[in-house]
Amino acid sequence: MKIIQRPESILETFPRKGGAEPDATHYCPGCGHGIVHKLIGECIDELGIRDDTILISPVGCSVFAYYYFDTGNVQAAHGRAPAVGTGIKRARPGSIVISYQGDGDLAAIGGNNILQAANRGENLTVIFINNAIYGMTGGQLAPTSILGMHTATTPRGREFSDYGSPMRMAELLANLDGVSFSARHALTTPAKINRTKKAIKKALQYQMENRGFSIVEILSQCPTGWKMDPVDSLQWIEENMVPAFPLGTFKDTPHDRLTPPEPANYDPDLVERIVRHKAEGGGEHIRLHEAPWADAFGGKGGQWDAIRMKVAGFGGQGVLMLGELAARSSMLQGLNVTWLPSYGPEMRGGTANCSVVVSTRDIGNPMVDKSEVLIAMNRPSLEKFEQDVQPGGVIFYDSSLINIEPSRKDVEVHPVPATKIADGLGMGRVANVVILGAIHKALGFPDAERIEETIRLISKNDKILEINRKAFQAGIDSI
Amino acid sequence: MAGNNRAFRDAIPVWSSPEQIDTKGRKSADAVVHDGTPLLMKGNEAVIHGALLAGCRAYFGYPITPASEIAHTAAAMFPPAGAVFLQAESEVAAIQMCYGAASAGIRVMTASSGPGISLKQEGVSYAAGSELPIVIVDIMRGGPGLGNIAPEQGDYFQIVKGGGHGCYQVVALAPNSAQEMCDLTMEAFELADRYRNPVVVLADGLIGQMKEPVQLPHAVKDLPDKTSWATEGTAETRANLISSIKLEAEELEDHIRDLHEKYKRIEENEIRWQEYRTEDADMLLVGYGVVSRVLQGVVDAVRERGIKAGLLRPITLWPFPNEALRALASRSRMALVVEMSTGQMVEDVRLAISDLVPVKFYGRAGGVVPSVEELVEEIEIISKEKAGVTA
Repeated sequence: MKIIQRPESILETFPRKGGAEPDATHYCPGCGHGIVHKLIGECIDELGIRDDTILISPVGCSVFAYYYFDTGNVQAAHGRAPAVGTGIKRARPGSIVISYQGDGDLAAIGGNNILQAANRGENLTVIFINNAIYGMTGGQLAPTSILGMHTATTPRGREFSDYGSPMRMAELLANLDGVSFSARHALTTPAKINRTKKAIKKALQYQMENRGFSIVEILSQCPTGWKMDPVDSLQWIEENMVPAFPLGTFKDTPHDRLTPPEPANYDPDLVERIVRHKAEGGGEHIRLHEAPWADAFGGKGGQWDAIRMKVAGFGGQGVLMLGELAARSSMLQGLNVTWLPSYGPEMRGGTANCSVVVSTRDIGNPMVDKSEVLIAMNRPSLEKFEQDVQPGGVIFYDSSLINIEPSRKDVEVHPVPATKIADGLGMGRVANVVILGAIHKALGFPDAERIEETIRLISKNDKILEINRKAFQAGIDSI
Repeated sequence: MAGNNRAFRDAIPVWSSPEQIDTKGRKSADAVVHDGTPLLMKGNEAVIHGALLAGCRAYFGYPITPASEIAHTAAAMFPPAGAVFLQAESEVAAIQMCYGAASAGIRVMTASSGPGISLKQEGVSYAAGSELPIVIVDIMRGGPGLGNIAPEQGDYFQIVKGGGHGCYQVVALAPNSAQEMCDLTMEAFELADRYRNPVVVLADGLIGQMKEPVQLPHAVKDLPDKTSWATEGTAETRANLISSIKLEAEELEDHIRDLHEKYKRIEENEIRWQEYRTEDADMLLVGYGVVSRVLQGVVDAVRERGIKAGLLRPITLWPFPNEALRALASRSRMALVVEMSTGQMVEDVRLAISDLVPVKFYGRAGGVVPSVEELVEEIEIISKEKAGVTA
């Protein structure tokens, strides 16, 4: 097939195709693709968007659409053109992206991709070639094959009981709020071809105006797949496809969309401000303490050069936060730290725990199976983790909630009525800070100064800061 | 009490002499300056800090434990930094959005965990075929199937050995700390653009979920010019085509040969690894990711028991440090590979050195992280076995 009256945006010869006839397309005689290519080319010319346009070739006969279009070209995986188009358009909002897809590509394997791109209102133009069959792979059933149609995989005809009815994509997509324009046209007469072109042009205009998602479904003849001559195939469309796929515009309500960001405009200074904000002291006003590591642990903690802590309780007690406060204060003190939460469904079951390792040396395994320090905020946690404490280790537990005593005799035990103290301060959830005070007193770390900095960081206002300070002091006094 | 104290020290898996850790192989051309206050953050969060500082301009992803904080952090930080964040409808769509954005010439990434990475493999194959720079972060969890959300290293095969269809290769970087989650993510973007190839940051759930101090580098000043090949919707790039299809057999074979020439260049230039106490080691330990941290404690512990162990930790899983392994193996009497899987990287170690020394394997799977204690016990056993054979 050769192109007569070639638009500017269709190449004169097709070097990417190669072969004996460099100015002939690879499409079969009578195929609808060639007509649609030409219509798209004319619209691109008339709208003056050749340089801006990126055309996505799908999988199917039009996999080689990039042979012909003198535009940017991207070839996509089967059905994925709307996702690829989303990536291109979000990266280059100033480009004009055309997703050119067949029925197997768009309605079958890429069904969710087209549905979701349409629903997001991606500012794309989709040209949907519906020829009721898989052309390139050899004439198999498509979601748009009509009832009774004989295909390579429905040799006795498409049965409703096996495959349901043909999918009317233009109507289906028109139901989504994100879609601005949805229409179906055919190529069976010059008048219909004109209407098809008008629809394509409108869809592209909407994209240029940033008006959102448009789709033009085109009933397209496939004489080879249908095993007909080209003239009969036009008649077959009118007699068999048009009744199943009514022509017309199903939606024309362009959106006013926000101006999209231009990610390609890279501003390293802005990125630094966003990413390094906290590291530069933004909101934290902290500086790394430079005490020699050897002096890092005082008191009881001084006997160890690394401390493994298990912090456990029920959800809402601030267990993970307590571990993080201890880790963060220790980090500011110049110690190496790791903090590891229990994550996933486990944390939704009502109990929570985290593992904290604090060391003067680099930390290997951040998991805490055996611990030097256990903080148990409820009874199940005490019972679950008590046996994992190393001999000579330390157990802190919330004695206002746990009505038993630890059974271990070879460890140091500190009952702290943390919840009771916190309630007395008028804020039950500072029980974790009470415990932190007790840890500081009993173990000699983290530094009070570093804890103060950390507490300041997590306190939303002065009132909460004051309560946290009181809670910390009460914890110290409880030992 | 002194005795207890001693016991603690023995049991604590720590790296006793950080100055002995020796990083080898290629490093970034520009010395990366880290400064400012260290921030306590998850490895997953560190990935996004590194990505933005590397000039990543778009994130497309789908939620999955234990990788979700990557998406959460990207959702919070990308838009104010002028970059795009979009939650895709599926893993399949997310990687294809990356394909589109990479085609359009910007730095782009996605992240997931094993089950999601399996779904993305279609897109990874296309990206490798079309030579698109995409950074993919895989926070490994337990498998097969839904498995669980605990840390595992069972994705080595699907990343290092392909996973999608066709003759292609991705670069695989294996961080073992929150700091490296930031630094190696930055490095991944450099490598992806240097070779126009997908690069995977392969970490496990533990490295992703753990919070550690991270000191941030600075943002890259300039991003590479891609107008020679990308489709940016401009006159200058109008003639460009992004495609993986080569219909003629010879044409495709040429393309594959070109790809493999490129892979050879990567192997020649980009192998990275670390060694720990290897100078006099005759027991060679090999592990990556969180296992390498446990193994450093193991090296110290078994050395106190008179076994001269040393550690090689691959940082690039592909290209693999074959020559470094051979150099160390030629001085060793045996090697032990430890993985949080039933044995995947061990195959590459065996290919590299099994003609030189016996290669033993110790694996835990399903989310179990091997302890220093069990590994010390294992090494004492195999060490005696070997001694018995040679005596």
